[in-house]
Amino acid sequence: MSIGVDQWVETADSRRLGPSGWWGRGLHRWKSLPPWGRLAIVVALAALVPLFASDFIVRVGVNALLLALLAVGLNVSVGWAGLLDLGFIAFYGFGAYAFALLSSDQIGVHLPTLVAVPLVVVATGLLGVLLGLPSRRLSGDYLAIVTLFFSQIFLELALNFDRLGVDLTGGPNGIAGVTPFHLFGRSLSSPTSYFYLFLLVLTVVVTALFFLERSRTGRAWRAVHDDALAAEIMTVPVNRVKLMAFAGGAAIAGLAGSLFASFQLGVYPLNFQVQFLIVIYAALILGGSGSLPGAVLGGVVVAVLLDLLRDPGQASAAFYGVIVITLIARVRPWRRLGAIVGATVLLGFIVHLVATTLWPSAFEGEVESTGRLASVLDSWIVVPTEPATAGNWAYCALIACLLALPLLRGWRRDALVVPTLYLAAFVWETRLVGEPSITRQLLLGALLVVMMLARPQGLIGTPRVERV
Amino acid sequence: MEFFTQQLVNGITLGSLYALLAIGYSIVYGVIGLLNFAQGEVYMVGAFIGFGVLSGLGGPSALAVPVALALVLMFAAAALGSGMLGVLIERVAFRPLRDSSRMAPLITALGISIFLQNSVLLLLGPDIRNYESSSYIPVTSGIHVGFLRISLVRILVIVTAVVLMVLLTLFVKRTHLGRAMRSVSYDREAAAMMGVDIDRTIMSAFFIGSLLAGIAGVMAGLVFSRVFQLMGFVAGLKAFTGAVIGGIGSIPGAMMGGMLVGLAESFTSAYISSTFQNVIVFGVLVLVMLIRPRGLFGRREIRKV
Repeated sequence: MSIGVDQWVETADSRRLGPSGWWGRGLHRWKSLPPWGRLAIVVALAALVPLFASDFIVRVGVNALLLALLAVGLNVSVGWAGLLDLGFIAFYGFGAYAFALLSSDQIGVHLPTLVAVPLVVVATGLLGVLLGLPSRRLSGDYLAIVTLFFSQIFLELALNFDRLGVDLTGGPNGIAGVTPFHLFGRSLSSPTSYFYLFLLVLTVVVTALFFLERSRTGRAWRAVHDDALAAEIMTVPVNRVKLMAFAGGAAIAGLAGSLFASFQLGVYPLNFQVQFLIVIYAALILGGSGSLPGAVLGGVVVAVLLDLLRDPGQASAAFYGVIVITLIARVRPWRRLGAIVGATVLLGFIVHLVATTLWPSAFEGEVESTGRLASVLDSWIVVPTEPATAGNWAYCALIACLLALPLLRGWRRDALVVPTLYLAAFVWETRLVGEPSITRQLLLGALLVVMMLARPQGLIGTPRVERV
Repeated sequence: MEFFTQQLVNGITLGSLYALLAIGYSIVYGVIGLLNFAQGEVYMVGAFIGFGVLSGLGGPSALAVPVALALVLMFAAAALGSGMLGVLIERVAFRPLRDSSRMAPLITALGISIFLQNSVLLLLGPDIRNYESSSYIPVTSGIHVGFLRISLVRILVIVTAVVLMVLLTLFVKRTHLGRAMRSVSYDREAAAMMGVDIDRTIMSAFFIGSLLAGIAGVMAGLVFSRVFQLMGFVAGLKAFTGAVIGGIGSIPGAMMGGMLVGLAESFTSAYISSTFQNVIVFGVLVLVMLIRPRGLFGRREIRKV
């Protein structure tokens, strides 16, 4: 570093040029494509998926597109306008329930799809304006809490509406038997047809938002995000702009809700719990809050990962895969990476050898992963006869190691990484694989924390210099 | 009339819990101007620590030590454990983000809160734990005068809460650290220039706030018996509103606000509808926040955007 130039300036050129090598060249070429070209390539690739994939994978794809759509909607209020909207799940739920009411036997109304969906979208948008009204007076945490109340109120109403005398929501049983979409003279029934419908809707929404982002309204949203006071002085109608963000996000959530209701052929209160709100937030934060491609990517990645976790074999592959990718991406140079990986492998075999020769009866458990991976792991990880207890203690130790890691520097950190990796694998095999739903939530929570700390701009968002 | 006084007592008990939790929110908010979303989970963890001590001492039906000692140990362990947890949360989720946008720490705290909930679920399983306080604190003892009937557990809870609030007020008013906290909440930079150790002050604010939450958790276990890993979410929400109603950042305000929320909840479920209790309470709270965003006791701030 030369005198008078700080690190940020020093590295400015390399940041502008980005990574080198084949990856850098590919990235450069990708970035030099026009936006519509990039969109066309992605959509074309996505459209190929159902041609080669099984029914199950197409279903995963539908979930991924749904989550991407929701993340894109949330991005309008959270990413662009900077309003921490925790009531988003209520809009989604309202859309789903409204569509279900308009096309099921619940109140005996069966509107044509092309009438019902616009009705639902408009109604949800209006609800967004209504629930967005508090943003005129509240900001930040206050707004977050008030909107979180709305989610709770919505959920409780959905669960207990029958007690009010009119059974609109079906209580805890929800509404079953929602008619599928009926478009262009045919009824959509297969997952594949829904896949293409979701893809079409997502493409249209993303295109519309792309232009909206560059419009007067989009600029006003970002102005309000960065500094509402300054925006107001620059004659931006702050309150109206905030309401528009709420309404826009809500309308997209309503659209996603009606698509979801028809795809699932029913709506149930459990679909709209706060847990799912966290999933949407995780998707947006992972991809990059404020970036349209980021929201789509985050939605797809999170949905696919969560679906992979359902099956022990795939879950293990994904788990070890993510660890390996993170190691490769974060640990430089190769020599250090090799040392860490080698030491971890060695540590595993030593522990396994020592444990099974000294106390053979105490380690008779088997790894819970399945498939080819499991046979390799079986001779590397010791699994105690009582996996749950040991796994719990190891979980606590793992958390302690993870917390200690950022405090250490240099070789001490590398030395700690080795047992941490082994502990992670141990906890995974003894506890986490067997508890997929808890694991999902744990990973989502950790994802939110880690992303905000390590890479607040998300995977592909642009870093911004924050105003302090 | 008896029904009414009963609901009053219930409301005050509930209000004491919410008040302790609300003070936690308020102290933290006062010092760093941010909401600790994970406060409700700290309360839940405190309740579980209390239960752990209780089972370690022989379980509710066969206590190995005198009841008073057991209670003191439960409260102490929960207070200490939760306090440490609070310090840890500050270190992980708040300190690294002190200079970033306001939204970032909220999201990390949300993540921490989900993480804590599911860690407890993983380690302890989904079973609801039961304090069974009636088996070591007799239900029949307590005050019985005319319409007024207060059981011993509730007296214990209310008295402890009041004592803690008095101690806390004295702490903030009289001690060195209390003064440091107040100065940081007025102006962090100026306080730093005057030689106040900001990190230490913020850490102690988190410690005290979480300590109170842990104690409230044990109290909840004693009064309602049932302890489960989702108990913190709704309680945290309500306590936060208590803090807001009282004017966030103000400790007496948080006490009053928490009390009001407790009373409102108790009377709503008794006289209006127990099914829609949360809906009505939340609805009222939204209205209060809209009409007086600075709370009933809060200072008015000039900045409006």
